[in-house]
Order: sequence, then structure tokens, then C-alpha cells
Amino acid sequence: MEKLKLIIVREFLAKVRNKTFIVMTILGPLLMLGMIALMTFITKSSIDKARTISYVNKSELFSSEQFKNTESLKFIDLSHLNIETATVTVKDTDQYGLLYIPNNNVINEVGTKIQFFSNESPSVIFTEKIERRLNKRLGLLKMKELNVDIEKVEASKIRSEIQLQNFEGEETSKFINEIKLVIGTIAGYFIMLFILIYGAMVMRSVIEEKTSRIIEVIVSSVKPFQLMLGKVLGTAGAGILQFIIWGVVLSILYLFLLPALGINTSPQVSQEQLEMAKEIAANSKIELLIQELWQLPIATILISFLLFFIGGFLLYSSLYAAIGAAVDNETDTQQFMMPVIMPLMLGIYVGFAVVINDPHGTLATTFSMIPFTSPIVMMMRIPLGAPLWQIVVSLVLLFLTFLGMIWFAAKIYRVGILMYGKKPSYKELYKWLKY
Amino acid sequence: MNQLLQTENIIKKFGDFTALNEVSISVPEASIFGLLGPNGAGKTTLIRVINQITLPDSGQVLLDGKSLQLDDVQHIGYLPEERGLYKSMKVGEQVLYLAQLKGLSRNEARKRLKYWFDKFDIGDWWGKKVQELSKGMAQKIQFIVTVLHEPKLLIFDEPFSGFDPINANLIKDEILELRDKGATIIFSTHRMESVEELCEHIALIDKANKILDGNLQDIKRQFKTNTFEVGMHTSDSNGLQKELASKFDISKANFKSLEDDLKLNIQIEPNDSAKDLISYLSEKAEINHFVEVIPSASEIFIRAVENNKK
Repeated sequence: MEKLKLIIVREFLAKVRNKTFIVMTILGPLLMLGMIALMTFITKSSIDKARTISYVNKSELFSSEQFKNTESLKFIDLSHLNIETATVTVKDTDQYGLLYIPNNNVINEVGTKIQFFSNESPSVIFTEKIERRLNKRLGLLKMKELNVDIEKVEASKIRSEIQLQNFEGEETSKFINEIKLVIGTIAGYFIMLFILIYGAMVMRSVIEEKTSRIIEVIVSSVKPFQLMLGKVLGTAGAGILQFIIWGVVLSILYLFLLPALGINTSPQVSQEQLEMAKEIAANSKIELLIQELWQLPIATILISFLLFFIGGFLLYSSLYAAIGAAVDNETDTQQFMMPVIMPLMLGIYVGFAVVINDPHGTLATTFSMIPFTSPIVMMMRIPLGAPLWQIVVSLVLLFLTFLGMIWFAAKIYRVGILMYGKKPSYKELYKWLKY
Repeated sequence: MNQLLQTENIIKKFGDFTALNEVSISVPEASIFGLLGPNGAGKTTLIRVINQITLPDSGQVLLDGKSLQLDDVQHIGYLPEERGLYKSMKVGEQVLYLAQLKGLSRNEARKRLKYWFDKFDIGDWWGKKVQELSKGMAQKIQFIVTVLHEPKLLIFDEPFSGFDPINANLIKDEILELRDKGATIIFSTHRMESVEELCEHIALIDKANKILDGNLQDIKRQFKTNTFEVGMHTSDSNGLQKELASKFDISKANFKSLEDDLKLNIQIEPNDSAKDLISYLSEKAEINHFVEVIPSASEIFIRAVENNKK
């Protein structure tokens, strides 16, 4: 036990003192934040750019009522000019374009005669916005022409809303499901990322011991199994530390640095979005949403995340350690990487393709039981309410498989670490198991 | 003499390949024991079995008469042939770590390490990273790692490879000093002159089998062929050579002498004595040189392996 502690500490320190590790720990959050800022900047500058256009209205069907300024769209009335003069006037300004409504008072016709002049072709979103304004007005006029009682039409607009309830009679809101899905996805994705980054680190550290030829000295003092376990645990510790630092630094930067720089990452809410949000709020009852968020099995999610995270990492990193022991250098690892990467990718794929549509169906349930995909798939299912017995069975399977895997890995490891200069095949690995 | 280490009928197979076939050796306490054999004979496997790195299929290892336990690693120091250090770790820290793995406390390890650093005059290496050291320097560190926990049994696999003659001598003297202090040393090498110089006992392993073992002097006695190297001065060299050829097995000998003598290796029957040979020869010629041919370790090695082929 004393020796295991020594190994864990050494592995942990070796990782933490490594230059790449230090650089990545510092640079990681900055890179991530830079990405977020860049993305926000790009999105904002392309969608939310305030535009000014001029219009020449010669039709009696429209009035300035229809050309009220909004936050993202400003109108300049040039109706007193004829279209030729207006064109010349607008052309050399930095205005987005010129809207021309010809002198036509037939409701059914005018809509197809309206023109928009601009230097660049306008964005689809922009033309749709304009068309919606015009259509609203024309539709109203048409109803008047047909003697339709507008008040009745308004009154006839019925909105239905299905109330979601489970069989226990608890009300649920629709949006909570999306939030649950996001929580699950983040958890599953995080597990995959951690396995990929730090599993490979375990592998490299095994290879390093082989290439530096220190391995034989070490295994004459400790059992190979102890060394492998110490390596896996020490590396996991370094990884967790890095993630914690990233988390803390990111939140600090997000909360203090970005606002100080004047970068606002919350999307600017336009009039329409605001209306939509109001509608959503009215329909889904915000209080219900919050209430439900609190009713999420937070304890279950956290505990099972921790267990699946640990189980998944141990399972995969013992596999990584075995691969490291089997080869002499990192280039030789390629042929053995497939069996590691494939199930991870499969887990993510199943998560996105199946769990989202049918979280508790046969397929999703099966993959959340198979130990190699369960850490990811089950984590996506748990916030959506996977039954407790399934979680327990899945965890038991995961840890049993881990025990089997570490036995297998230790066999390979034990033989592999003392084999130099050979690039083994799968067949040879099988033989090693019997040594 | 008390046997510190004994292996009893060790068998180890890797798949269809037999690496060790019922190998039994016994290593007397406070002596240097040469473990010899051609490449691939099974020496390293045997050493790994003793170090509990490889588990034997059957047979057992006794240390001080007791079956080897996991905790016994602290009584064994092993310098493998394939040896190295963590490249990016600092020298001092690294030796402390490895010593602690052998069961030393950190403080004790630090104290002893200081002694060795002073002895080798390398105190300023403490904070250096291993990758800054030369190969010979790293070898010195590895030697210190092997002996720092003062084990009763030391195993050196090709300890001199990578050393220049000066440092090889330094290490050789250290090994002898350790033996004088009571340590038992197993020494595996292909350099027969160091076997000759250091080993009191040897075992020879070939193709997974032990084919020879015992006290080196006894083995030499066993392998001697009753051959004598003789230098004679006579006027009729050819006549004498012919006469001797009819009575004994003779061959040309090579050694330096002042006169242009007849130089021969003369083999006599096991029952005949050297005394008789001398009196016989002194009647024929003037004897300038008379030495019994003692087989060298190298010759014994070659002959034993050749015999095993048959």
C-alpha cells in the first residue's frame, strides 16, 4: 500500500510538472474563452447588425405605419422623390438598400411588383422580415375588402397546449426535457473527452518507462500490477486537477474578464425573439420549469456521474496501459487504438441518434448496459429518468468488466513491459495471456 | 559454507519455448557467483525469477533457507542489463523514489545517498535531470540505486557495459568491497576476464539447462587435461619432436622466450605425473620453461557449450 502511494504521487507529480501540462492548463481556458468570444462576435456581427434602408412608397395601400423603426432595422422615407432620383441618392451611401413600392393599388397585384435595390444581394432573413411586414398589411386590407370581421378572426384564433403529466400526476413542462438532455450530453461528452486525453497519457507514460529501460528496475521492487494501478490513479488525479483548474479559471474569466472587456456573450434579443420568449414563458410556466429543475434527481445524477466517470476511466485506461506495454513506441500503437476509440465513438453516436428520440427504448437500454458504452449512454439517460435498477445493473457490469479488464491488462502488461524491439500482433498478445 | 540463495528445479516455459529446465543453483554467502551462458540461454529469465519479476511454472527459490517472499525485494539489489532512468526526473529525487520503493525511509535514503555521492564525488548532480547526464554518469547513478538499500544479495547483469576502463575499475572495486562487507553477489557477464578475476563460483547455463556449476578452481581442476607447456633447448629439435610425438600427444605452443627453443604442449596420461615427465625430458634437453596448462574460464565455457551440443 505504501508503495502504491509512492507510485501514485510520483506519477501525479510527473504529469503536473510536465511543461505541456502546465502550458495546457493555462492556455486551455484562454483558448476556450477565445473561441467563445470569437463565435459570439461572428454570430453577432452577421445576424444582429443594425441596418438602415430607404423606401419609396407610391402606393396608397401602405403608409408610414408599416415602416416603423426597430432595433435592427431603420427606415428613411424617400417617397417624395421619384425612383430614379432615390436610386441615385441611396446608391453611394452605406445604406443596405432601397425598397420600392410602385403606384399600384390592387391588393393582389402590388405584392408581386415591389422591388428592392441593393449593392449586395440581401440576406434571406432580411427579405423575409420585410415580406412579413408587407404581407401583414396586405392580408389585413384583403380581409377588409372581403368584408371579413377582423375582430372575429382575431377571436377565432385558438391556441391549444397539451399539458404533460406523468402517471403519478405530476405536471411536467416540455422544455425541461431539453435541459435534461443537455445535462446528460455534457456529462457523457465529458467522460469521453477525459478518457481520450488522460487514457492516452497513461499509455505514453508506460511507453516512456519501456523506452527509458527503467521498467525492469521498478518491477524488481514492486508488482507490475501495483505500478499499473498507481499510474492509472496518478494520471487520473492530474487530469481531475486540470479539469478543476479549467473550471475555476473559466468561470472567473467568464464572470469578470469578459464583461470588463465589453464582450457580451448573451445573444441580443430582438423584438421577435422577445415575443417568442414571452409566449414560451406563458405556455410553459417558468415557475414550473424551475420547480422541475429542482426536482431533477440531482443527487442521483451526481453520484452516478462520479461512479460512471471513475469506472469508465479505469476500464479504458487499463486497456491503454496494456497497449502501452505491448508496443515499443507511440507509432506502433495505431493498430491497437481502434478497439479503444470505436466503442467511445459508438457511445456518443448512440447517445445522439437514439437516446434523444427514444431514451428508454431497447437500443438505448442495451447500450447503456454494455460496459464499454455505458458510461456515456447511461449518463445521457439518467437525467431523463432511467430506472434505478438499470443504473445499478449497469454500474455492477461496468465494475465487473473493469476487474476482468485489469486482469487481462495486467497479464499483457507483465509480459509486455519486458519485451523490447518487437511489434506484437494480436495473436502474440493472446499467447502472452498464457505465459 | 552457508548458501544464501538456492533455486530448486526452476521450470519456466513461454508457450512452447522452454526458458528454464529444472535449473538448480546455490550461491554461497559473501561470495561472487558468476552466472554464465551464451545469449538466449536463460540467464536473464533465471535472474528475473530470483527477482520475482517472472513467476516460475514450478520449482522454488530459497533466500537464507526460506522460501522467497514478496517483502524480500528489500534484500535484493538488481542492476539489469536493460537499464535506464526516468529521463525528465531529477537525479536526487529519482534515487530517493527508487530507494523508497525498496523500503527505505526517505530520510535514511537521503543520508546514504549523500555518502555515495561524496564517495563518487558527484554531489553536484543532485538537481540535474537524467537527460543531461552522459551514459557513464547515468550508469553510476544506476549502480548507486542498486546498492543503496544495502541488500544481502546483489545481482549485476553485465555491470561493466557502457563504462570506460577507469569507471569499470571503480565499479569493480566497489563490488569487491561490498563482498568483503558480507554481501553476496550474482554476476552475469560475457566478459570472461572479469569472471576469472572476480568469481569464486560459477554456474553455466545453456539452452535452458544448467550444464556446469561449482567452485571455479574445482571446475578448472576438473577441466584440466594434464597438458604442460614446455620450452626446451636442444641441438636436434626435429629429432626430439619426433620422439616426443611417438610417446605423447603434442602440439605447438606459443609463448615468449629468449632462446629459439622447441616449444610444445605435451599431454600426459591422467595417471602419469609431472615429475616423471620432467625427469624424462631433462635427459633429452635443457628445460627452460615448464608450466601446467590451466584452462581459462573462457575455454571452459566454450568446451562445456560444445559438449552440450553433442
